[in-house]
Amino acid sequence: MSADPAPPAAPAGPRRLRPGTARSPQRSGPRRLPPVAEMAVAAMALIVVAGIYLAARLPARAPLGTAVGLLACAAALLLAAAGLLSRLDPFPWRVFFLVAGWALLAYVVIAGMLEFIFVIDHTRGPVLAVLTGSLAVFALDIPLLLGFSVARYQDAGPARITGADGGHS
Amino acid sequence: MTETAAPPGGAAAAVVPGRPPVQVVPVRGLPLVAAALAGLVAAVVSNRLWAIDFFHVVGGGLWTAIDLFVGFIVGPILGSLPVPARVAFSVRFMPKMVLLMPTLVITTLVAGWQLARHEGTILASYSHHGWVVASMVVVGVMAVVAIGLLEPANLAVLFELRKPEPDGELIGRLMRRFVWTAGVTGAMQVATLVIMTRLATT
Repeated sequence: MSADPAPPAAPAGPRRLRPGTARSPQRSGPRRLPPVAEMAVAAMALIVVAGIYLAARLPARAPLGTAVGLLACAAALLLAAAGLLSRLDPFPWRVFFLVAGWALLAYVVIAGMLEFIFVIDHTRGPVLAVLTGSLAVFALDIPLLLGFSVARYQDAGPARITGADGGHS
Repeated sequence: MTETAAPPGGAAAAVVPGRPPVQVVPVRGLPLVAAALAGLVAAVVSNRLWAIDFFHVVGGGLWTAIDLFVGFIVGPILGSLPVPARVAFSVRFMPKMVLLMPTLVITTLVAGWQLARHEGTILASYSHHGWVVASMVVVGVMAVVAIGLLEPANLAVLFELRKPEPDGELIGRLMRRFVWTAGVTGAMQVATLVIMTRLATT
């Protein structure tokens, strides 16, 4: 993305499109962000692989070690992505939570539907636990991905200033 | 989520003079989504083969057709348009996709899973189990591409369009990603058609 104040790309009604700009409050240049989106997509891919691995062996129970390992890796990637994200300052957190909140609502419904299917199909015990864990990671991972993907292009607010009272502005 | 920014929805859509309001989630469509999901749950609970087959065939047919149409017809046309024309199209098109596609996907997958259990094709003992697993892999790849790449680009474009001065370069870049990923999912849908017709005739 260029930070040059070039003329608008093209008019679009009364509103004009401006060329790419940096997203920092000062618009001083492109800002490098940690690979949060890439990690979230990788976590989602691991969950998908774990699900296919378990489903492909029905009615026999697949060795859970592989599925648990994939789930653990996905959870670790999600936590690492959340950790990297939480250290961003400044960052348009309001936009992030707006998008992530709505996405969380949608994906909790989707994950709930899938959990309902597993339960109604008499999936029980450790397999259900692994599948539930996978759905939980999935339902948290996608909102984080969508929230970050939108917020990264929004103008960040002022940097957090931690005061003596522990608050921030 | 107490926001000064408008939440995604019709009543709170961003309004810029001279432009239609940019909705992210068309709230008026939510009851239709709820009705579809309620029907799906009823089909699963009743365990009636016709109802399950109906949701799988209708959901899957629409999902496949829309992916192919967007990937191979709308996408290339959109990619050749100037950015303002893409913007005008996207403002009207993408919010509908935000509601439609997840609903079709969850309907197809849930009903498909139940159908496979009902007919025993999910079992490893099924003579063409490899094809069933292949369909899972195809769906998995499509899910990662659609949710991990396409949907974030879709939402980022919509939020960019809510700004008083949208970034044309950014929109163009994200729209290229949208077109590319739509093409990939369209190609995967061809594989789905091969697998499903194979399963249905063996």
